[in-house]
Amino acid sequence: MSTSTLPQLTPKDFASDQDVRWCPGCGDYSILAQAKKILPEVGIPREKIVFVSGIGCSSRFPYYVNSYGFHSIHGRATAIATGVKVANPELQVWVVTGDGDGLSIGGNHLLHLIRRNLDINILLFNNRIYGLTKGQYSPTSELGKKTKSTPYGSVDNPLHPLSVAIGAEATFVARTLDVNVKHLSETLLRAAKHKGTSFVEIYQNCNVFNDGAWEYATSRETKDDTTIFLEHGKPLIFGKNRDKGIRLKNMEPEVVQLGGDIKEDDLIFHDEKAVEPSLAFMLSRMRYPEFPEPMGVFRSVDAPVFEDMVHDQMRQITEKQGKGDLEKLLNSGDTWVVS
Amino acid sequence: MTTETMTRPASSKRIEALDDVTVRFAGDSGDGMQLAGTQFTRGTLIFGNDVSTFPDFPAEIRAPAGTLAGVSGFQVRFSSHDVHTPGDAVDTLVAFNPAALKVNMSDVKDGGMIIVNEDAFDKGRLKQAGFTDSPLEDGTLSKYRVFRVPVNKLTREALKDSGLGAKDVDRCKNFFALGLVYWLYGRPMDTTIKWIEDKFGKNPALAEANKSVLKAGYFYGETCEVFTSSYQVDRAHLVPGKYRRISGNEAVSLGFIAAGQLSGKDVFYGSYPITPASDILHTLARYKNYRVKTFQAEDEIAAVASAIGASFAGDISVTGTSGPGLALKAEAIGLAVMTELPLVIVDVQRGGPSTGLPTKTEQADLFQACYGRNGECPVCVIAANSPADCFSCAIEAVRIATKFMTPVILLTDGYIANGEEPWAIPDIKTLPRIEIKHPTARSDGSAFHPYERDEHLARPWALPGTPGLEHRIGGLEKQDITGNVSYDPENHQRMIHLRAKKIASIALDVPEQKVMGPEKGDLLVIGWGGTMGAIRSAVERVQKQGYQVAAANVRYLNPFPRNLGQVLSNYKKVLVPELNMGQLRMLLRANYLVDALGYNKIKGKPFLISELELRIKEVLEGKN
Repeated sequence: MSTSTLPQLTPKDFASDQDVRWCPGCGDYSILAQAKKILPEVGIPREKIVFVSGIGCSSRFPYYVNSYGFHSIHGRATAIATGVKVANPELQVWVVTGDGDGLSIGGNHLLHLIRRNLDINILLFNNRIYGLTKGQYSPTSELGKKTKSTPYGSVDNPLHPLSVAIGAEATFVARTLDVNVKHLSETLLRAAKHKGTSFVEIYQNCNVFNDGAWEYATSRETKDDTTIFLEHGKPLIFGKNRDKGIRLKNMEPEVVQLGGDIKEDDLIFHDEKAVEPSLAFMLSRMRYPEFPEPMGVFRSVDAPVFEDMVHDQMRQITEKQGKGDLEKLLNSGDTWVVS
Repeated sequence: MTTETMTRPASSKRIEALDDVTVRFAGDSGDGMQLAGTQFTRGTLIFGNDVSTFPDFPAEIRAPAGTLAGVSGFQVRFSSHDVHTPGDAVDTLVAFNPAALKVNMSDVKDGGMIIVNEDAFDKGRLKQAGFTDSPLEDGTLSKYRVFRVPVNKLTREALKDSGLGAKDVDRCKNFFALGLVYWLYGRPMDTTIKWIEDKFGKNPALAEANKSVLKAGYFYGETCEVFTSSYQVDRAHLVPGKYRRISGNEAVSLGFIAAGQLSGKDVFYGSYPITPASDILHTLARYKNYRVKTFQAEDEIAAVASAIGASFAGDISVTGTSGPGLALKAEAIGLAVMTELPLVIVDVQRGGPSTGLPTKTEQADLFQACYGRNGECPVCVIAANSPADCFSCAIEAVRIATKFMTPVILLTDGYIANGEEPWAIPDIKTLPRIEIKHPTARSDGSAFHPYERDEHLARPWALPGTPGLEHRIGGLEKQDITGNVSYDPENHQRMIHLRAKKIASIALDVPEQKVMGPEKGDLLVIGWGGTMGAIRSAVERVQKQGYQVAAANVRYLNPFPRNLGQVLSNYKKVLVPELNMGQLRMLLRANYLVDALGYNKIKGKPFLISELELRIKEVLEGKN
């Protein structure tokens, strides 16, 4: 597709005429703003973009983007998006989901979209709470979480979205934060440009029902020590003074202080292109407070895309057997003439 | 086909003429009874009889050998006149083991023929089937004509020089029985011989073995003194033309392919394997050169959801399932109602509730189809009445779905889905074109209203990719015309009425209800779906006895045909036979205040003509 003749769009062109109805201060505003910012850069005309969502606060997203949009039912956005993309692979399809919609009721479809590797961009807004139903714990809420439905603390082990995505061998996996707008927009742009399923977990603050869930990763005081920004081919270094790193010891990561005997070369070097997903999986298991939590692109590899294979197969069979002829088809099978 | 193949091979034995015969092959699930039955059907169709079949098999793929649970059967009725059901009672039963005999013998007519594989009647198998003494010896079968054939022994004998292993040899034994039945009814074996050659072409030894056993069975009938005569069933007087043997699942698949071609669009079929609907997925998956995309989803919900997504993007979208799957799809069908997208849902009904009787037939999903969703959620519901009828119903479902922008549920059932009959292949020029218009690009900046309606109250099907028509749809209530989210109470009521009115107006677009028989009279016997053949046959019998009775089969179940109330009022009594507890009867009573009577059978089996005839006469004689 040629982009040279396209009129230059701006973020404004992607604003719909609907009033945005998220709570004031919600992290979703930032994600919406960055999405509208990068869409013109992606270079795909507005009419070829489809946002699909399920149910939840995040799922209102399509109403606010002036493209084609489908606000569907709880957990099924991934399955609906699959149908959209298979029917018309020329469309750029985005799924906007949350920790409840994507990992609880929609967990099954999410896994299958990822393992099929459709060229769809999934944005999972993780606020570790059910917002739209007013504050129950979610599949990503921490053990012991006290909510309306767990007054004595949750006894559910949380699910870690990126571990799930990497376990299903997602070809593009990244994490970013609602408040780090630069990193957020860079990550969205990379997700958009990846051919294959892009899975992006966005740490998003629900200031009404779970305010401060990501405080450790976002506050000026702590974030340098609690997060680590991944760069392809670079060593895993973090800390306010960039003097700490991650080293591999007995197949497990450990935090080390740089200087003395430990050099940069002793650290893990990030390789987002590694075909084998083990490193990415290990990174996804680095969790606060034991570890700084990685941000950025964990994995970005090439693999055949589902809808291309579907259409290639149709093309090949048509070439081999000829274009379907209805008359011939109806007259095939066990036939005989009665005279 | 040459005329020679139609000629009966010369026989030295007496030939008796019959006009209507029902044969049932029964054995263990692994005995190849379904194959023997299908082969016999092919031979019989090509010979020129009218045929109706009923495969009946257990849910277990291979239940323990020799048990009652593992019995698999295939019934074929063939006739010199036209038939509408696979037959009530069996003229000839082929029983491959004691369990098959036990399960099936009560269906054999008095004086009917039972051919048993004597070699399978050993102590162990008799015990497994619950016989203490051999029924072949103790008089259990005295009212039947029993023929004991050592099928295993004769098969092994026929193949002793074949070089095949014992296991392969024993697997050929169904063809011995098939050959014998071919002889018994004077069918040419050419179709099966050709099938064997095609099937085992790469393995000449196996092809040769199967042919030898088939012929051995045939000549056994000819030479064995036990069989004193064979039978002749003349060709039926079918309307001249080209015919094809077809099952309901095949016909529905071809119907969707045709609908795609007739509308010039791609077909998307999203489905999850489920008995008895999986064959639709298997069939459609083979025809990718007909612009058919098949998607085996991760579950029933993903199957319907993917179809909804594909519909949004512009494909003719279909999902197929059975009752349990329809239950899982309910919420998503509601989404398609709210977003007013075209979607066809095929429900091949089976025995319920829950997993129920997966391989048996029932028609108990009518309420689920009409009402099984949250909210006021009307969809169009239609039902096919025979295997061949599934073809036109599939096209009709797509036509309605796209013209009215609505989900359409097409009900079939296990009986017509697996059953086969001859299908007069339609001339494709006579098939209805399906006209679909999508709004085109606009560049003048004018607002596009996704919920503005046409004269049929259908909203525009605007496809992603079209510049200037960008819009958002979803499951939240829609504001009339703009389609924006609206919580306004007045708007909600208006939209509920609009959606209901749109579905109701489909009645103006479909044919009026027809009856078979007098337009006024003492009794109307009215049913829906796959019971048509049995109801029609029973009514014809009673009509011949001089009664003023008519039959009707309702294809359009929501909305009902616009004249249905009038039709019902033309008869003194209304009887509604159904393979459920009375679902159509309740709808007729509720809609038309008619005091309809029921005849309800929920055994996982289709109606017998005889039982319907009995009930019809009871009602005519005043026994309600």
